[in-house]
Amino acid sequence: MSVATIAGHEVQIDEEGFMTVYDEWDEEVGTALAGQIGIEMTEAHWKVIRFLRSDFAEQGQTATIRRVATVGGVPTKELFTLFPKKPAKKMAYVAGLPKPAGCV
Amino acid sequence: MKNLLVLGAGTAGTMVVNKLRPRLADDEWKITVVDENEVHHYQPGYLFVPFGIYSRKDIVKSRRDFMPAGVDLVIGEIDAVDAEANTVKLLNGTTLDYDYLVIATGTSPRPDQTPGLETDHYGRTIHDFYTLEGAEQLAKTLETWDGGRMAINVIEMPIKCPVAPLEFTFLADWYFHERGIRDRVELVYVTPLPGAFTKPVASKHLGNLLDEKKVAVEPDYFLMEVDAEEQKLVSYDEREVPYDLLVTVPVNMGAEYIARSGLGDELNYVPIDKRTFLSKSYDNIFAIGDAGNLPTSKAGSVAHFAVEVFTENFLRHIEGLEMVEEFDGHANCFIESGFGKGMLIDFNYDTEPLPGKYPLPGVGPFSLLKETEMNHWGKMMFKWVYWNLLLKGKEMPLPHEMLMAGKITENA
Repeated sequence: MSVATIAGHEVQIDEEGFMTVYDEWDEEVGTALAGQIGIEMTEAHWKVIRFLRSDFAEQGQTATIRRVATVGGVPTKELFTLFPKKPAKKMAYVAGLPKPAGCV
Repeated sequence: MKNLLVLGAGTAGTMVVNKLRPRLADDEWKITVVDENEVHHYQPGYLFVPFGIYSRKDIVKSRRDFMPAGVDLVIGEIDAVDAEANTVKLLNGTTLDYDYLVIATGTSPRPDQTPGLETDHYGRTIHDFYTLEGAEQLAKTLETWDGGRMAINVIEMPIKCPVAPLEFTFLADWYFHERGIRDRVELVYVTPLPGAFTKPVASKHLGNLLDEKKVAVEPDYFLMEVDAEEQKLVSYDEREVPYDLLVTVPVNMGAEYIARSGLGDELNYVPIDKRTFLSKSYDNIFAIGDAGNLPTSKAGSVAHFAVEVFTENFLRHIEGLEMVEEFDGHANCFIESGFGKGMLIDFNYDTEPLPGKYPLPGVGPFSLLKETEMNHWGKMMFKWVYWNLLLKGKEMPLPHEMLMAGKITENA
């Protein structure tokens, strides 16, 4: 765990740079995080990120690709276009949420 | 007379009725369990079937052998739950009333959810080991397989027993060594996760295990379809993984009646409070075991620790008292690693698997996050524990909450 300054905000991050405190995130931070992985945020990106944020608040876990597709209404193929190669990991990174992980 | 109705007589449902029957007065409470068939499977045993270590006789027993006196087992397929009317309809036309409902119908592999998977090739060049029939068919294929590229593919998380695909891979490495053809077999582990190990401490301790065993890993792989004719996997980002033999871990989903009843999420899991297992929508419906949407592993050990918490809470809830016990997401699993060794992990919602000793701090006999022969014997002995203690709800010398004593914390 360490502290980083992103878009002028001090935020807690883990060793891979994923934010660890839900409330330290705002859209300015999200834009900066996206920039760090080469993504320029558009309204289509925000639709995904806003869904992830509100879903996490209700469910306590980061939505899966399936959940973003079926509940959030953004098809899987489109997620791969918006967040190329590793959508699950990249969406979580930009949304300031835990990355998808197994149990071990 | 009040009715407690339990749907599913698997690991969780069987434990629930064994725990509750002695605690609920016979003249006040009727307990009924519904399941679609008479046979209980020891599901952790499926893993060993493809390698000829276990066979059907190790895995199948009658559900009735594990039902306490005073519990009715009803055999029938569930059509739907009417949560407003407090009734459950079966496909044979029977309607069952309840005052309290416990949903324990688990999760099942669904090869039909992936394009190209369920073809004539299923059972020949494509296999699974999450059903007894699938595991038996794979055993037959492996007996005469003379090598090539074996892909082990987890299609999507969550799956039940999330370490089983890794264990399968380790055992396959051992099995092909034993058969003297390991040099002719290429093993590739294809996972939607960022790696075979994803937790920092576990990765540090076990991360090189796949290299040592010469298993290639294809991470962040989100399968779009299987091309069974061409024998290759195709992902959404157009990465192709060719195979000679595909061992698939299909998408897992909760039962379809849950969707029909409007009680499920996108994978037919029942949204519940992660501390108490009470439905988020109905005050007289609980879901326990793999059927709920808890953010922890779908595994028998979780069901076991959960049932301990559930029992005390349920007894308070029906008296109108606040539920005080809180489930911490505790899970522990042996991980068979081949060549007569195994590992053990112990974790919960907040604490990742750490090294140390279990269950007695400093003593063990089991070692956490480490390959030992003792862990392997623990795994093999567990079958006896399951049939003789666990299902019958007998006291186990293990606390339900995860303990930090015995664990070594370090900076990952």
